[in-house]
Amino acid sequence: YSHFLEVMKGHSLEEDQVNFRGFMRTLAHFRPIEDNEKSKDVNGPEPLNSRSNKLHFAFRLYDLDKDDKISRDELLQVLRMMVGVNISDEQLGSIADRTIQEADQDGDSAISFTEFVKVLEKVDVEQKMSIRFLH
Amino acid sequence: MLRAALPLLGLPLAGAGATEEPTQEPGSPGEPPPGLALFRWQWHEVEAPYLVALWILVASLAKIVFHLSRKVTSLVPESCLLILLGLALGGIVLAVAKKAEYQLEPGTFFLFLLPPIVLDSGYFMPSRLFFDNLGAILTYAVVGTLWNAFTTGAALWGLQQAGLVAPRVQAGLLDFLLFGSLISAVDPVAVLAVFEEVHVNETLFIIVFGESLLNDAVTVVLYKVCNSFVEMGSANVRATDYLKGVASLFVVSLGGAAVGLVFAFLLALTTRFTKRVRIIEPLLVFLLAYAAYLTAEMASLSAILAVTMCGLGCKKYVEANISHKSRTAVKYTMKTLASCAETVIFMLLGISAVDSSKWAWDSGLVLGTLFFILFFRALGVVLQTWVLNQFRLVPLDKIDQVVMSYGGLRGAVAFALVILLDRTKVPAKDYFVATTIVVVFFTVIVQGLTIKPLVKWLKVKRSEHHKPTLNQELHEHTFDHILAAVEDVVGHHGYHYWRDRWEQFDKKYLSQLLMRRSAYRIRDQIWDVYYRLNIRDAISFVDQGGHVLSSTGLTLPSMPSRNSVAETSVTNLLRESGSGACLDLQVIDTVRSGRDREDAAMHHLLCGGLYKPRRRYKASCSRHFISEDAQERQDKEVFQQNMKRRLESFKSTKHNICFTKSKPRPRKAGRKKKDGVANTEATNGKPPRDLGFHDTAAVILTVESEEEEDSDSSETEKEDDEGIIFVARATSEVLQEGKISGSLEVCPSPRIIPPSPTCAEKELPWKSGQGDLAVYVSSETTKIVPVDMQTGWNQSISSLESLASPPCTQAPTMTRLPPRPRAREEPQAPLKLPLSSDPHSCFAFPPSLAKAGRSRSESSADIPRQQELQPLMGHEDHTHLSPGTANSHWCIHFNKGGRL
Repeated sequence: YSHFLEVMKGHSLEEDQVNFRGFMRTLAHFRPIEDNEKSKDVNGPEPLNSRSNKLHFAFRLYDLDKDDKISRDELLQVLRMMVGVNISDEQLGSIADRTIQEADQDGDSAISFTEFVKVLEKVDVEQKMSIRFLH
Repeated sequence: MLRAALPLLGLPLAGAGATEEPTQEPGSPGEPPPGLALFRWQWHEVEAPYLVALWILVASLAKIVFHLSRKVTSLVPESCLLILLGLALGGIVLAVAKKAEYQLEPGTFFLFLLPPIVLDSGYFMPSRLFFDNLGAILTYAVVGTLWNAFTTGAALWGLQQAGLVAPRVQAGLLDFLLFGSLISAVDPVAVLAVFEEVHVNETLFIIVFGESLLNDAVTVVLYKVCNSFVEMGSANVRATDYLKGVASLFVVSLGGAAVGLVFAFLLALTTRFTKRVRIIEPLLVFLLAYAAYLTAEMASLSAILAVTMCGLGCKKYVEANISHKSRTAVKYTMKTLASCAETVIFMLLGISAVDSSKWAWDSGLVLGTLFFILFFRALGVVLQTWVLNQFRLVPLDKIDQVVMSYGGLRGAVAFALVILLDRTKVPAKDYFVATTIVVVFFTVIVQGLTIKPLVKWLKVKRSEHHKPTLNQELHEHTFDHILAAVEDVVGHHGYHYWRDRWEQFDKKYLSQLLMRRSAYRIRDQIWDVYYRLNIRDAISFVDQGGHVLSSTGLTLPSMPSRNSVAETSVTNLLRESGSGACLDLQVIDTVRSGRDREDAAMHHLLCGGLYKPRRRYKASCSRHFISEDAQERQDKEVFQQNMKRRLESFKSTKHNICFTKSKPRPRKAGRKKKDGVANTEATNGKPPRDLGFHDTAAVILTVESEEEEDSDSSETEKEDDEGIIFVARATSEVLQEGKISGSLEVCPSPRIIPPSPTCAEKELPWKSGQGDLAVYVSSETTKIVPVDMQTGWNQSISSLESLASPPCTQAPTMTRLPPRPRAREEPQAPLKLPLSSDPHSCFAFPPSLAKAGRSRSESSADIPRQQELQPLMGHEDHTHLSPGTANSHWCIHFNKGGRL
């Protein structure tokens, strides 16, 4: 997961410097959503640990060139990090292709953020992108 | 028939009677044999196994009957029905034999009936979910069970002190604690039987079910400790004994788990080496798991825990090691055994309850126990959940708690344990038996009946089954990694961190040690999901019916506006199946003359429908191996052929989509070709080409090699005998060649079925005359991998180059390759493609690669591009010519060109 460390550090703050505030902001994404938070202040600014913010955080990990789209190459890169060396490049490529095809709705061979949200709508992101210690 | 059926019907009764009047049996030794008996009745010799088989048969038949009515089974859990059936059967037996027979013997139960159920549940336990909730499960299993046992025991004792239990129940505090310990454990069999039908959400299920499995260790320890205390007499129990009791809790549970893990390791390791004896793989799984159970039982450790851990631990490796068929066999056998055992258990439970000699009723005790177990279960759940929710990411809400309290079913384990009590040491045994029976029946029948409506009424989140998508799997993996990374950054080494660590360790060492190398190589979860999805798609395509094949598949190429038609229909189809399969296939669509089309259609029909009697069945007599026989291969071929055609109907959409996205190439290019052009081309010796080969060329390695008919007459002769023949050969060579010359990735299809006639539709053999067609298809239709056009291009070329030189005619064909002037090509392009000559630019080939290809083939071709275009056409479909033009030679693109 070392890749994620770097990427996370990279995009959590726009500057090179890692300051404590930025760090905390990044970590805030992983705060679990509490029951009382769900109902209150619908109009207020969206908290960092909302579902869409959690998703966006993950999305940005894929989106290496920051064009708001996950392209095949970007996906491949992430895949390569995650799976071991056992899977051949072609297999990875086919996985990436299929992944994109599955998610792609507007036919641009890339996954936009809306498409990203759509494919994960059945996944309990609130739960899976939360860490207990940030309670 | 009647004769055979009669004893079967009468057997339960005969069995009952047999023990009483053995001397009247015809075959019994008491009777002097009057010479050679024509008919001997030897019931005693087969009695025991016969009865076992018969009971299982009765249970299974009962199951069938229950399930005849959907209404009944949707309302009443099967376990209830079985218990009621057992009661009825027990009543009959009792009435006929005047004494109770066929009861649930603790020995039978623990040694034979319980292990399959536990193994089944351990093996098919969703391990991720289990470990995610391990904390909660352990809490409920250990603390909850202890709490239940002590509070129930103590409360009953209090009840007795208060005088609410009749004084004839002679029991002290220790007796009640013993009783509490056996009655408090939630029973895995009962929980599984009821909860499997309720479909609550996964978290809730795994917590209740995991608890019921893991609390066995606690139950066993408590039961044993209390039992020995009772036997010793409360006066003799010293403080060290209590300490020993506590220590034995750890010994029993950890020891049981350790035994299970050791056997899991052995099992995984053994299956790594079963490559040549596939047939014993399922057996190994059962044997070693059972050995784990018996070993734990022998060492008086928690056997249930051992089997659970064994199943849980070995699954990943075993599944990777054993063959696909063994996997199915294991799955079904396990399910069958478990279901069998469960059925028999519930039935015997019902039968055992009939025996009134064993139990004595005391209303105070029964009602008190019922109330206390319900009350303390609920109280315990609430208290523990409150504590757990302080730590849990997703708190368990009130509804969950209600279901958990209510789902605390007691079952056969409690019953078996109470039967095991020693009447001399525990004078109140009969009362305990009666109470246990009532409790078990109450929980299984009443709670089992009401839990479904309750769950509905409370609107408990149900489990929802949705098909896994690759995206979900992939992104969830990413989430895991992110969380692990975050935990690492923060320095808080929590669950995610350790899970990640474990996965690393597993990947690096364990998997490598326990998995076959071939299995280890392709072992990855994401890949697994991808693979499964593709297989599912493939199956659903085939399932969706041949009608699409026969109707659209054949008529499509003839439709002038087929592009749009195909696209809509195919996209619809795609949406229906909900899968964005990347099942591309290079396809060429040519508009050909009517006759040609007919021929093609007929040919394809024949190819698909008729199976050549190429191979006879080879009688397989080996008991130890299941050979992949002809039938199987034929099935595979049917599948592949069907797949292929399905895929063809898909191609256009896929291509067009990709195509609009990336490349500006006009899509109609290939289809606008005129027949006449094709003909002239063919007469020129140049293959008609179709550029419908779009940019995402699938990497199904479909290569077709032509042999010179004159140089290879022997072969063609041979083939002629057999009718329609398709031969494949030299696949590895192809792959290698492709790798070398293309220096690009070749399709990931290491396995190629050697004689694979599935792509037979490539050509109309009667037209090509003796031209013999070699088609290479990746055996794994699922691994159709689109690469970008040039990759596919390179590949097809390189592979063709290798193929164009079959072993016998290697040098000649190669050298005869066309030294075609480029000029020849140019005038034809516009002709062929009136809309644009653009497509050619798409096929622009990196010069370096082209050179590589050329040097490889050692041809003197000065225009590599020309040469490269040809093979592409060659392996494309539908390049049939109208008859009479280039009758037998049209498909010999490569060599033909050479001859020109």
